[in-house]
Order: sequence, then structure tokens, then C-alpha cells
Amino acid sequence: MNAGPSPALSVQGLTVRYGDAEVVSQASFEVAAGESVALVGESGSGKSTILKAILGLAPDWSGCIEIAGEPRGHRPDPRVARRCQMVFQDPYGSLHPRKSVDAVLSEPLAIHRLADRDTRIEAVLDDVGLDPRFRFRFPHQLSGGQRQRVAIARALILGPALLLLDEPTSALDVSVQAGILNLLRRLRAERGLSYLLVTHDLPVASFLCDRLAVMQRGRIVELAPVGALRAGDFSDPYARQLYAASRVGTVEDPPA
Amino acid sequence: MTPEPAPDVIPAFAPDGPGADALLQVDDLRVSFPVAAGRIDVVRGISFTLDRERLGIVGESGSGKSMTGRAILRLVSAPGRVSAGRLRFDGIDLQALPERGMRRLRGARLSMIMQDSTFSLHPIMSVGRQIDESLAIHESLSRRERKRRVRAMLEAVRIDDPDRVAKLYPHQISGGMGQRVMIAMMLIARPDLLIADEPTSALDVSVQASVLQLIDDLVTERGMGLILISHDLSLVSRFCDRILVMNRGEIVESCRAAELHRAVHPYTRGLLAAVPRLHETRDTLPVLERDAREPT
Repeated sequence: MNAGPSPALSVQGLTVRYGDAEVVSQASFEVAAGESVALVGESGSGKSTILKAILGLAPDWSGCIEIAGEPRGHRPDPRVARRCQMVFQDPYGSLHPRKSVDAVLSEPLAIHRLADRDTRIEAVLDDVGLDPRFRFRFPHQLSGGQRQRVAIARALILGPALLLLDEPTSALDVSVQAGILNLLRRLRAERGLSYLLVTHDLPVASFLCDRLAVMQRGRIVELAPVGALRAGDFSDPYARQLYAASRVGTVEDPPA
Repeated sequence: MTPEPAPDVIPAFAPDGPGADALLQVDDLRVSFPVAAGRIDVVRGISFTLDRERLGIVGESGSGKSMTGRAILRLVSAPGRVSAGRLRFDGIDLQALPERGMRRLRGARLSMIMQDSTFSLHPIMSVGRQIDESLAIHESLSRRERKRRVRAMLEAVRIDDPDRVAKLYPHQISGGMGQRVMIAMMLIARPDLLIADEPTSALDVSVQASVLQLIDDLVTERGMGLILISHDLSLVSRFCDRILVMNRGEIVESCRAAELHRAVHPYTRGLLAAVPRLHETRDTLPVLERDAREPT
């Protein structure tokens, strides 16, 4: 995997602590350029903490995090923001209630001193499938799906190659979820983005990702291609259990 | 708000027609809220009966499924307005019941697990006391016996360390644990009818399975009736006996849970198709046309 260009993300021996508690222990994995990897597991297994450490929101970590071949330090780093952005789970909580869509999208451009704000904002709104008239609306004037589109636009506006997605659709209705999943898949194909997706929903991982990493109690217990979801061939007992719990009586396999 | 009154529609059941001895009978239930241009019906005259079985109500946000549950328990507060041709629980006319009588039923024989535990738990009362409260009010048991029941209930919802957790306050526990505490609180009085509004959507798959197992035991062993309100089609189809699909305040389809995949209504078909699958091969998922209420 390391033959070509450096991977979009490389995490080696990552350990994250919150006070005395070790939340992530010795996690190692890579996301190749253009690849999409899912972190799956129960709440408290450390999935979101890995994203936070990559982004710099969980400062007490050790190990090595490289984004596009460049190691990340412990301090806030504007270069990291240009290369890697996050979409949070709750579109109702992640947008400032008193900032218009325009203000939300302008701020990163102002911080990073990028010109052509108008063109960039119009282009990114178009990319995420929002009509230009949404630009001057406030979050309370948008539906959940539209808000999540704004959150994705905010993440994309600096042109990062890597998106960290923390349960991006779990707060949405199924049909809205389908729209957002389609959008994420299209953006990845069009822009060659790499995704690191946190989810507890294996079918979502199956739709969006190439590989998945199963986490349990802060450790990655198995790395498998999503094809494993078709056959259920996991070697780790916990991964098999998680697969079994997700599979029972789903719509495509109705109970006999 | 309904386009036509349709006076010649036969009611779903006559006073002594089919379903008259069901645990719950709901006939022509309507819930409306005032808007700038008059009143809007969020539940538009739905009818169903429930026996000691598991009934699932599925639909998307705004379909009126949660309001249906709240209306049955008389938890829709002003300016919301509820009307029904009939609302009977175990032979009791819920509409004629005074508030005092309703309070006696609620929490003891009729219970509802709310969607969001963080808003539904009392913030300055310990978890153990809150669970104990419904026992203390509705049953006459010794303090020791109540304590034993609370402990057993916490264990039943898979809280590993019940004595410690019972002393904690809601802000000290996680969302998933709060949800389990809510469930414990609602099940401890062993109700005859449980309305569970997205009871497990905040929980992990494995905890979800054990909580559903607990609810299921109550249905099969004690003959509790269950209304499970959820947007999760696969959850409802594997857990319930019957399913009602709601869209825009109306029941658009009703079927046996095992036959959900054979549903015919376009809305139900659309919902089913929009769910990603475990072995997904589609490049794009079909998206349902949302209804006209969404701002565009």
C-alpha cells in the first residue's frame, strides 16, 4: 500500500488518554489516498476519540499520526485544517445557531486568507447540492438533511483531501440518510477524497467504505475488507458477534 | 385541514364489532396544532387496535408517530388538541377519565419510554430514587422490597454495578445508561401497555438486543401490550408482530412484520429501498421525495 504516494492518513501506535483512563491503546492503521475506511464498534470503544486525536481535539496522545505523509504535532496546526476536516454527528449541534450559512462558510476562508470567497462559497454549495438561495439562511431555517449538507460544505471549503466523518447520518431519517450517503459517495468519486468514517451501522460502512476496522475497548481487533460483510468471514470473535447482531432479521434477510 | 369530511366512512369498529375486547382501541384519533393559518392536523384520524402483542409504528420525523403515542397517554399539552371517536384501554374510556384517574393509570398500567432520556430524567434526583418513585406511588411494598426490586430492575437492563449507579444523578451517567435507567423506570411497575418511542436508538447493537429481550419477556410472559415507535425498519420488522407505516399523520400501510418486505404502498417501498444493506452493491440509494412541508 505504501508503494505509490504516501497514504492520506497513517496512524501508528496511537494511544489516547483522558486523565487516567486509556481510551485508545496502540491503534495502528492506514487510509490510502482515495480510500475509505470505517471504524466500527460500540460506544466507548474509542472510535470517535481516534478522530478527535487526529484533529487535535484530544491533546493527550502518543504515537504517530501522519496526514498525507506529514507528521502531526500536538499543537493546533493550520496545515492540518487544510488537509483534513471533520463532519460531526449532530447537524443541529454542530452549526452555530446565530451564524448564517454564508458566515459559517466564510470563516475558514478568512482564517486561511483565501481569496475569491464568493466563487468558492457558491461552488461548494453547488457541490453539496444546495441551491444558492440557502446561502443567507440560518440553521433553524434548514431541515436536518440540509444542515448536514452545510456541515459537509464547511468541511470541504478548504479543499482537504481527507474527511473524518463521525456518524454523519445517524441523526437523520432513512430517506434523508440515503441522500447524504449518495452525496458523500459522489464527492469521493469526483474529488478523489479519502474518508475515515466512524459508524455503528455496518450497512452504512458497506455502502461507503472499502475496508473496516473493528474496535473493542480501545483496541483495533480486526481490519477487514468490506467484502467480509457479504460472507461474514471475520476472524476475531468480537467482530463476528457484532456482525451477527447487525445481520439478524434485517430487511434483506427477513426471518424465516 | 382534511380535504373532505367523508361522512359515509364506516368506523373501524362498531361498539361491539371486531376488536371491541382488545387491550387498546383507537378510533379516528386526531391531534392538531395551531399554525398561522388555522390548525394543522399532525395525526389525521387514525384507527387501530392492540392486543397483548407487539405492534410497531414506523415512519419518518413528522409522520405523527410520536404524537400518536403521546395522545394515547394524554401527554399532548396545549395548544395541541386531541380528539378521537374512541380511545379505550382495557375497557376504560380514556377520554371520559378525569385527570386524577389518568394519573393513576399512567406509570402503573400504561407506560411510555421517551426518546430522549437526558430531558426525561429529573436532573436533581438520584437515579435510584427516580426508579423507586413509581413503585412507591403505585404499589404498597416495604422499603426493603422496593430496594430489591430497583436493584433487580437495574440488573435486568444490564447495568453492571446497580448499587453504585442507583446513587448517581442523571448528569453523571452516559446517554446510553440514561436510556436504560428510563427503561427500568417504566418497566418496574410492570405495565399492561408499554409505548416505547425509539427506546433503543441511543444504544449499541448488543445492549439494544438485551433491552429488547427484556421487553419481549414482559410481552410473552406477562401478556403486556407493546407499541414500538421507531424509524428503524429492520428493527421493527424483526421485533414486532404487526407494523403500521405512518406518513404525514396517516396510516398508509399495515402488515404482518414478517411480510414487511412484501409491502406494496409506494411510501413503504421507498423507505425500504432507501436503507443501505449489509452486502450493498448499489452505487446510489433511491431517495424518497420528501413532503411539501419541508422548506425548499
